[in-house]
Amino acid sequence: MTNWIVIPTVLPAMTAALLILALRHHLRRQRIVSVGAAVLMLALAIWLFMLASDGTPRAYFLGNWPAPFGITLVLDRLSATMLLLTAVLALAVVLYASAGWDRKGRHFHALLQFQLLGVNGAFLTGDLFNLFVFFEVMLIASYGLMLHGGGAPRLKAGFHYVAINLVASTLFLFAVGLIYAVTGTLNMADLAVKVAEVAADDQALLKTGAVLLFVVFATKAALVPLHWWLPTAYAATSAPAAAMFMIMTKVGAYTIIRVYGLIFGADAGPLGAVVEPLVIPAALVTLLVGAVGVLSSRNLRDLVCFSVIASMGNLLIAVGLFDGVGTTAALYYIIHSTLTGAALFLLVDLIATRRGKRLDGLAPAPEFANQTLLGGLFFLAAIGMVGLPPLSGFLGKLLILDATRDAPQAVLIWTVVLGASLLMTIGFARAGSVIFWNNVPPPVATGANPADAGAATPAAMTAGVALPILVVALLVGGTAALSLGAGPATRAFEATSAQLLDRDAYIRAVLAPDASIRTAER
Amino acid sequence: MELLVASGTAVMTAVGIYLLLRGRTFPVILGLTFLSYAVNVFLFAMGRLAINRPPIINPLAEGYADPLPQALVLTAIVISFGMTALIVVLALRGFLESGTDRVDLEILPETAPTGTQEGGDMAGPRS
Repeated sequence: MTNWIVIPTVLPAMTAALLILALRHHLRRQRIVSVGAAVLMLALAIWLFMLASDGTPRAYFLGNWPAPFGITLVLDRLSATMLLLTAVLALAVVLYASAGWDRKGRHFHALLQFQLLGVNGAFLTGDLFNLFVFFEVMLIASYGLMLHGGGAPRLKAGFHYVAINLVASTLFLFAVGLIYAVTGTLNMADLAVKVAEVAADDQALLKTGAVLLFVVFATKAALVPLHWWLPTAYAATSAPAAAMFMIMTKVGAYTIIRVYGLIFGADAGPLGAVVEPLVIPAALVTLLVGAVGVLSSRNLRDLVCFSVIASMGNLLIAVGLFDGVGTTAALYYIIHSTLTGAALFLLVDLIATRRGKRLDGLAPAPEFANQTLLGGLFFLAAIGMVGLPPLSGFLGKLLILDATRDAPQAVLIWTVVLGASLLMTIGFARAGSVIFWNNVPPPVATGANPADAGAATPAAMTAGVALPILVVALLVGGTAALSLGAGPATRAFEATSAQLLDRDAYIRAVLAPDASIRTAER
Repeated sequence: MELLVASGTAVMTAVGIYLLLRGRTFPVILGLTFLSYAVNVFLFAMGRLAINRPPIINPLAEGYADPLPQALVLTAIVISFGMTALIVVLALRGFLESGTDRVDLEILPETAPTGTQEGGDMAGPRS
């Protein structure tokens, strides 16, 4: 049974190889294979989610090397939830890209599958160095995806993105080196045992490693002051890539939950809770910076980018509590903000391509095709992102506020969260009214501006038009479903955070797996 | 030997950080390369510095060098090598398309609303 744990990394790897080697000149077949693989991945993720929801962490040992020596993949409720979220997002992105974006450059589908390999691996791995390797796989694919379509602004922004991530990778290696030098192991479960027993002389060194590692994860999660790469990179890249990248900031949040919950958790001796004092203040500033950025953006892309930063702020406030309620709220918010953020990025692309020369700038333009429908979707997605009732953003924010009620800085947190919501509401309301209500009459001089005129004529609802809109609608519908099913969802996340707090179960699953599981895995 | 390795790592890191903060792409790439050299030496030293010790089992050995950091360094070298190649190509393409190798993003007025449109004529290479 545990053999299935490795499949979420094998399936995208095989698909990507197939796409590159056999189908590189057949875009149509590439689409079919890619969509098929995404559907399979979704089915697999659902099945693994059901498997994990019995509450026992399962470990898969690559090459059957016992735990501290070989590479371990671990499936528990948290990783299964993240896998499911990734699979849903990937299917949406693949479908959206198949409507035309994938022909603006080569190998979109293969790169996407490679990125899935990295993301799934990062969610599953139980080894710090292996986490580094999967981070690199994810990032290398993301460099390709980020540059998909080319063009000078994208290349310039891509250079920044690659350089910053290379620095982060170097820091990751420094941190891993420090941790290995002190503890002599990189297996997460083994580390969780050994960190508590580190000699007093070595604690400063290990603490340095832990904080360096946090810097890396904070860069991925776009935590202030390490967030500056995000607006540039996400605004410059193509819409499907930006939507897919929504999961990458969540990988940062996931690794913070995993590493600082498991290895440097509250009960890990003198080194427990080593980054706890850092997370919430940084998250509060992140939220404020995001909200102010939303208010000051001059085009929709930047607006969405800064709202993503704000949502990371909200999310990391909940993560920073490092307790059961906080993690429950964080998990709910992770799912909500991934779906909403992806929907917004895709929606902005749909709007920008219809507005001709104006693109997504916040300036009046002639009425464009499908304006009412897109406006309605934008309204719903904005409500979700800002956190107004009735969509999941509101419930997520409510869970976060509820979780922080007993925190020492509760007054400050409530003030910032609610104030930021107000700023974002104003920002989104202003953007929406300019784009959808402030229409100028179309230019009369026909032929003088063919791009504008072409965009203004209402297009028929062909398959090429309907599919992207349908994908966005499904993503928005996903957040609606998340708020409808909030009861069962929060119960599942409560079980997840209870499982995360039970570090012994994880350690036992990796270091001393039952005889029954070991035989089953052969 | 410890002093030499430690100060070598420190100097390379310092040089790398200085170059990273320069305003043109080539020094930035050199800086990244220096940083990755520094981290490789650092990782290697994490297995403790030992002379004339084999990393694999040998009946004549008095002690062993830690093989794991060596494997880690190998992985790190491969990744940083590939990444350096990628970023060199990226910098070159950026230079050829924009005519400058400065790293700042000068936003021209006409491209200001983020270029979602470029290549929008579907003229790109069809795969």
